[in-house]
Amino acid sequence: MREVAIVSFAQAPNVRDAGAKNEVELLMPVAHAALERAGLTLQEIGFTCSGSSDYLAGAPFSFVMAIDALGAWPPISESHVEMDGAWALYEAWVKIQHGAADSALVYGFGKSSSGEIRDVLSLQLDPYYVAPLWPDSISLAALQARALLESSRYSEKDLAEVAVRSRRNARSNPNAQLAGDVDPAALLAEPYLVSPLRKHDCPPISDGVAAVVLAAGDLARRICQRPAWIRGIDHRIEPHSLGVRDLTRSPSTELAAEKAGVQQGPIDLAELHAPFTHQELILRDALGLRDDVELNPSGGALAANPVMVAGLTRIGEAASRISAGSAQRAVAHATSGPCLQQNLVCVLEGE
Amino acid sequence: MGELCGVVGIGQTKYAAKRGDLSIAGVVREAAIRALEDAELEWKDIDAVVIGKAPDMFEGVMMPELYLADALGAVGKPMLRVHTAGSVGGSTSIVAASLIQAGIHDRVLTVAFEKQSDSNAMWALSSKQPFSPHINAGAGGYFAPLIRTYIRRSQAPDHIGMLVAFKDRLNALKNPYAHLHIEDISMQKIEDSFMLWAPIRYLESCPSSDGACAMVLAREALAKDAPRPPAWVLGTAMRTEPTMFAGREEVNPQAGKDCAADVYRQAGIENPRRDIDVAEVYVPFSWFEPMWMENLGFAEDGEGWKMTDEGETALDGDMPINPSGGVLSSNPIGASGMIRFAEAALQVRGMAGEHQIDGARVALGHAYGGGSQYFSMWIVSSEQP
Repeated sequence: MREVAIVSFAQAPNVRDAGAKNEVELLMPVAHAALERAGLTLQEIGFTCSGSSDYLAGAPFSFVMAIDALGAWPPISESHVEMDGAWALYEAWVKIQHGAADSALVYGFGKSSSGEIRDVLSLQLDPYYVAPLWPDSISLAALQARALLESSRYSEKDLAEVAVRSRRNARSNPNAQLAGDVDPAALLAEPYLVSPLRKHDCPPISDGVAAVVLAAGDLARRICQRPAWIRGIDHRIEPHSLGVRDLTRSPSTELAAEKAGVQQGPIDLAELHAPFTHQELILRDALGLRDDVELNPSGGALAANPVMVAGLTRIGEAASRISAGSAQRAVAHATSGPCLQQNLVCVLEGE
Repeated sequence: MGELCGVVGIGQTKYAAKRGDLSIAGVVREAAIRALEDAELEWKDIDAVVIGKAPDMFEGVMMPELYLADALGAVGKPMLRVHTAGSVGGSTSIVAASLIQAGIHDRVLTVAFEKQSDSNAMWALSSKQPFSPHINAGAGGYFAPLIRTYIRRSQAPDHIGMLVAFKDRLNALKNPYAHLHIEDISMQKIEDSFMLWAPIRYLESCPSSDGACAMVLAREALAKDAPRPPAWVLGTAMRTEPTMFAGREEVNPQAGKDCAADVYRQAGIENPRRDIDVAEVYVPFSWFEPMWMENLGFAEDGEGWKMTDEGETALDGDMPINPSGGVLSSNPIGASGMIRFAEAALQVRGMAGEHQIDGARVALGHAYGGGSQYFSMWIVSSEQP
């Protein structure tokens, strides 16, 4: 395996509604900031890959317009996944492993505000048997939360404490939407949104963009004082039918973590893409994280959840802390699909 | 550079306007099972699945790979979903190949599909964009002005487009999977078909199809031991340029030229016309054959139409283009690029059946998309490098 590192990360402030700013306008400063921090121009980058979904914009080919933000001229070697940007990063990492490139620009973008995201995500479901019933994303998450509570492993108070910590951590994240000191008892006094989930158990609706630059070996060392090396990266998918899954566990995360080598060394920081409080608890267990691991210092997806971006942001946030020297070995995670159907795990390490 | 990748299994569905007998899962499964059968492998032998399709609005399912994980035996495995506009079938094949070439997996299943009858592609392509003027053009309306520019520049005679359509429709009669089998096809019949977007007539256009294509790719040692001859991947390339800017060359795009130069360099091709035996090229409207002949370096600028006119691109010509009948005969959009890549592989494996080009050793698979701005290509060979 070639040594590949994250050498640069940039993101836009996550907002409830970016309004008249389109994807190109949102992406342009972020992509160029990531390149500038790496000291590379687009033409020096070997491969570019992005993640987005047409259904957020309600228009086909939304990623085609996004390349206008790059100034892709002369033509570039480029690809796109209809997935969170974390999987675009995976494709770019594969390209570098192949030797077809030594560096890559990866970005994800999404304006969740363009439609009713709760309903839009229903269109991810089996189109013949499930989607016509329009179960929305929060209701499906509530089913999962109910199953977890009934397993007696966790209580509603545990869920609230995840929200409290997320918002407390987000106070030091200028790009977060939800930050502050909240009292768990006060949260638990709130009414249910979709039982057993309260509003604080659910993510905010976010518009956002993130970009990462990857580089191999000596190139990474040259352009970054302390690269965040990708020591392992893997992703796995579970069945789509909720009825055949044990929703209280995340076997795909367990398997991806094993393949990525999470347990091959001590982990001091984790950035988990858990849009719902109970999902963080499931993921923590699946990854086998000890109690002393610093969890979601950015505030995680509960503080800002730009769909198609939030997974890549987790990787970027973890990498930033390694590059800053405040972490040595970190795990970053991304999820996709209803109730954590698909999961990606990435192990990052400083020199 | 990296591990060698071979194509060891290929499966296609019968393409049709409406596969009312199959769900979306049924369509992808029909192709995937045929690819596994060709490779004499089972689901458990596959390490990862890479799936591609064009815009999700073509079926009205957001990120359908999530729903298709069960049907494609992907549970517990990595699954990636590629989308690069019309070139997606090609790009998907390339992403799958890179998983082998990078040494990450032993065997990868790659699938591309479209079930156009579940929705309406014209509608899906023309929905009102939040930040752009509303154009109800569809693909033909977009590409017709580029074709007119080509004709004006090259002084090509009017019948060239009809000749391409006639040739591809004759070829399709030799391909059992092709959507359109027009038994009584003739130049007159094409000329008499109504004008859709001048100069593109109805019979010079691609159909809307349901269908899927699948391939099993394997690393060198496994491909060598495959039950049937593999197609060796000698090179892969993708290129992208922006849709519009002042002075952009849209008829003969730079991204296409760069992509071809890259893939030729990897495959050691110095003179494509001489070194490549057969090509499957993405021609959704007849006139794109001569246009791509120039873009791919098979002909000098302004001379591509002469290849068509002189029969050189026919089955018995010296540079056969689209022996399968091409996109003009089957167009499940998201799969159309992969069908080009797979048909190129079938040719060098000697498994193309009635439309086999005798002695084909080196073949090009080509796909493009967006506003002639996304390109993906691969070169495959019967000979292990």
